[in-house]
Amino acid sequence: MWSHFSKSAPGTTSGGEAPYAHVLQPRQVDVSHGVILYLEEVAVSFDGFKALRGLSLSIDDGELRCIIGPNGAGKTTMMDCITGKTRPDSGSIFFGQGMDLTRMNEPEIASAGIGRKFQKPTVFEHHTVFDNLELARKQDKRVRRSLTSHQASEARDQVCETMKRIGLAGHADLAAGTLSHGQKQWLEIGMLLMQGPRLLLLDEPVAGMTDDETERTAELFLSLAGEHSLIVVEHDMAFVARIARTVTVLHEGCVLAEGSLDVVQNDQRVVEVYLGR
Amino acid sequence: MCFCARANLDQALILKLAAQDSDEQIEAIHLLGSSGLGEALQVLKALSEGGLSVVPEQVFFFRGTQAIDAATGQVLPQAPENADTVIINNRVRAELEETLAGLKLLDADPEIRRRAALSLLNSPAAQQLPLIQKALARETDSGIRHLLEQTAAILNIQSPDVTVRLKAVQLLGQSNRANTRNVLQSILAAQTEPDENVRKAIQTALKSINNRLTLTEFLASMFTGISLGSILMLTALGLAITYGVMGVINMAHGEFLMVGAYATYAMQGWFRSHASLDQDAYLLAAIPAAFLAAALVGMALERTVVRWLYGRPLETLLATWGLSLALIQSARLLFGAQNVELANPSWMSGTLLLPWGLELPWNRMVIIGFSVLVLMLVWLMMNQTRMGLYVRAVTQNRPMAGCMGIHTGRIDTLAFGLGAGIAGLGGVALSQVTNVGPDMGQSYIVDSFMVVVLGGVGQLAGAVWAALGLGIATKFLEGWVGAVIAKIVVLVFIIVFIQRRPQGLFALKGRSVDLGG
Amino acid sequence: MFSLTSGFFRGQIGLGKLVAAGLVLLLLVLFPLLHLATGPASLWHVSDYLITLLGKIMCYAIVAVAMDLIWGYAGILSLGHGLYFALGGYAFGMYLMRAIGPEGVYQSDLPDFMVFLDWKRLPWYWTGTDHLLWSGILVIGVPALLAGIFGYFAFRSRIKGVYFSIITQAMTYAFMLLFFRNETGFGGNNGFTDFKRILGYSITSPEMRIGLYVLSGLVLLLSLLLCRFLVASKFGKVLTAIRDAESRAMFLGYNPLWYKLTAWILSAVLCAIAGALYVPQVGIINPGEMSPANSIEIAIWVAVGGRGTLWGPVLGAFIVNLAKSYCTVAFPEYWLFILGFLFVAVTLFIPEGIPGLAKRLTLVSWRKR
Repeated sequence: MWSHFSKSAPGTTSGGEAPYAHVLQPRQVDVSHGVILYLEEVAVSFDGFKALRGLSLSIDDGELRCIIGPNGAGKTTMMDCITGKTRPDSGSIFFGQGMDLTRMNEPEIASAGIGRKFQKPTVFEHHTVFDNLELARKQDKRVRRSLTSHQASEARDQVCETMKRIGLAGHADLAAGTLSHGQKQWLEIGMLLMQGPRLLLLDEPVAGMTDDETERTAELFLSLAGEHSLIVVEHDMAFVARIARTVTVLHEGCVLAEGSLDVVQNDQRVVEVYLGR
Repeated sequence: MCFCARANLDQALILKLAAQDSDEQIEAIHLLGSSGLGEALQVLKALSEGGLSVVPEQVFFFRGTQAIDAATGQVLPQAPENADTVIINNRVRAELEETLAGLKLLDADPEIRRRAALSLLNSPAAQQLPLIQKALARETDSGIRHLLEQTAAILNIQSPDVTVRLKAVQLLGQSNRANTRNVLQSILAAQTEPDENVRKAIQTALKSINNRLTLTEFLASMFTGISLGSILMLTALGLAITYGVMGVINMAHGEFLMVGAYATYAMQGWFRSHASLDQDAYLLAAIPAAFLAAALVGMALERTVVRWLYGRPLETLLATWGLSLALIQSARLLFGAQNVELANPSWMSGTLLLPWGLELPWNRMVIIGFSVLVLMLVWLMMNQTRMGLYVRAVTQNRPMAGCMGIHTGRIDTLAFGLGAGIAGLGGVALSQVTNVGPDMGQSYIVDSFMVVVLGGVGQLAGAVWAALGLGIATKFLEGWVGAVIAKIVVLVFIIVFIQRRPQGLFALKGRSVDLGG
Repeated sequence: MFSLTSGFFRGQIGLGKLVAAGLVLLLLVLFPLLHLATGPASLWHVSDYLITLLGKIMCYAIVAVAMDLIWGYAGILSLGHGLYFALGGYAFGMYLMRAIGPEGVYQSDLPDFMVFLDWKRLPWYWTGTDHLLWSGILVIGVPALLAGIFGYFAFRSRIKGVYFSIITQAMTYAFMLLFFRNETGFGGNNGFTDFKRILGYSITSPEMRIGLYVLSGLVLLLSLLLCRFLVASKFGKVLTAIRDAESRAMFLGYNPLWYKLTAWILSAVLCAIAGALYVPQVGIINPGEMSPANSIEIAIWVAVGGRGTLWGPVLGAFIVNLAKSYCTVAFPEYWLFILGFLFVAVTLFIPEGIPGLAKRLTLVSWRKR
């Protein structure tokens, strides 16, 4: 019941100050310096509680970065800031060299090439798997086009290919609401892939998955890295160990440690944070 | 003129009262009135009540079974036979009523004198001037003296004598009344005043009145605003509780006001049918009755309908609207479609006069006090009792509260009953300032929704401040642009406000709880 | 079992199309012909009363379709759609008032209520309303503009759910107060009435009555087809996607503002056209049409008929309004109880409306077999 309350109160977003922009113009992201995302001194506070306090981070193009940290470290808030859901109080966030994400709204950021998967799998439950993926496909997403668009055969091919990739081939006509939890997670990842994003933000992608499903997800992610950049927030350390190259540890709104899994696992401060003082 | 205890009235004058010609009657009434005698008052009263009888050369009236000679005031041994009742037409009656009202200036009871002086001040009539001056000579109460002086001054301002006019204007300059200002302004506007000095004096007087009136009017608007706000608050508190706890907007909430008001009406009826009871106490008895009635209706609705719609707020909106229709129609069938009127208890009628001419009606003051009391009780209940703790727990995290062993279902019912009961108390308050009718709740529901929206859903403190703010803003706007435009302006303001701050005035910002659609 | 029942329903849809076509023929061809061709004495005569009633209900049905578009498909419950209906009615009513000419009670070129208020000339916003075309532009333009401005700000601020509903209610309430004022220039309490003619033809003639009736039916049919096309298109899919998971749609790059706004404005315009057709048929428009109660009733037509089906709300509008016109005559004291009960019963027991009920009943009977 409570979740419904927060849903109907529109205050859960910082929307008051963040109007949707008029035109969604996908621009090309400039990765000439090899870096796809910069966060510099980003700070956010909610009624005195400092969720992020001067967070700085950079992600290379094609990198797979794992982000770990105890509850309340600011992982979800960081994602909110990158995707335009929350406006930072100070600091800057750049996508590539030239795109200032703090000045863009969610659809613009999505069109620019950043895809996000939520903690709770969020798919269009009343639409079929096919429609879910088709809606996600990279295309002109303005109202005018939606009234006249016809399904191109290349679109159909693209959707079928993605369905194969996420293991949902043959489920095309099933309503997304009838899928299992793990399948919904995959469908959502599939929807992100359909967007053709440069950067994928994945919030606890293997939560609620069986071991087998987790393993297949790890393979999928590893195959995606290089072609896309990935930021994975995860608590499942086995999964992190399976995919991680560079790991960033967040604590109380800023970066505590960064490096390979071995390095951060042996960092004295990280051990303190995780094992308690 | 003579002020001795027993005086004889002029026989010829008394006989004129019974004359055929209305002009003669009026003249007699005026003369009798300006004598200011108690005996004259008695005779005029008898005339007004149709109890004055006439036989040739003698006018008399009855006191109980005794016949009394109007001129001498003596008891007649035997009522004369074949007497005619003295009949007066409407024009005479109007003059008579006015004179009678004027004579009240000489009454022994200062409260009656004060009221008479006040009504005279509001509609002064030139022929009353002698009477006023007579009353002034006798009056000892300074407040009443002031009223009388003002009235006399308003009449004297038309005097042919320049010095009298000048003095009158200076006196009026001390007034705090909007009426006085209007009188002076109309004289300036009509350009009938020939004397330069008097015109200047009028301007000075106007200036000083204006200075004082701005403050008085400000305080008066503030007061009516707070009183409107306090009723809004009683309505919105209940809404805020139910919205906070259950996340449902109850469209039938306004009808709980109506239930409370009709409970008050029923209580008044019950007291009237039991004459031995103190009639003024009906309102006190109505408070628990209204609370219980509204709370019971509320709990019944919660158990039968609202409970089954959790998690479907839009459907709840529609279902509770249906309930409100049924409640309104029930009230129509039970109590009739006509509005019913409730009498203020005597301790709530009248006004409190403050310096600067500020007049505060007692019923509104009592309502404000009552609302503050209810607010304090609700606050205590929410913060100091176990029930309040449970309600707050369920508001914040229902599943967790359930895990801790709180019967969330029972809390819902109780909270709904509490919200409804508070609205019922609002109904008691409302019944003292407006008429009670089956659809009275409807006119308050939009306003109280706006309070909840403005204050931030589920925020009690927000509801309180928003209610007061809205009440005061509405009343000030009414003063400038009229009631309808004021209402529209307020609604538009709220619609715009929500654009800027969708979470309301008092909602907490927080990290997003739920990302799904 | 799943495939069996769904197969059964696929069969029923074919049947449904036949039934629908039959109803259209009956309402739009047979009834008007019978009305014009037979005299009141005939057994087959369709009375004035019935034609006016059905014409009125078809206007309501247009509103129900418009409401279903935003409530059923976009998940936005408006409690203020009566406002757009009334604005359309007022816009066309202005033309009807001007068309009375000097035949009013005061025999002035100005509408009677203005003479009564001692106004010497028309207010500026009445300019050009003596032309049918301009009045038609107003019917569409004014509600579209209002819905556009209101919707833009509301959706931009992401106001949704009960919040949005309450605000729409406050909005129609505010307009009702505004139109109650004489100074607003729309006839105050009494609104517009005593219409005489449209384009020179008497408004009371049987031909005019049938003309308006058939026009209402055609507009209803067109609205249904238009909305059907919309919800089947990509646009409709995005709209339902936004309804089910707005943030997901947003992170896929769809801007909910423009999708919602398009549906919202279209819905308002359909309501306004319905209002414009309604006014000449019932012969009066007053601010009462803007009362919050009227707007909420629209929601119950849609709920009874079943949200998200388009044809269901049409059915709902017919059922509820036929019941209303019967009950308010037969037992007026109990109509509000019936309506109130309907609100509760539909939301509690048949949230999917009549189609849901029908489905459940056929399921039950199938199981028994």
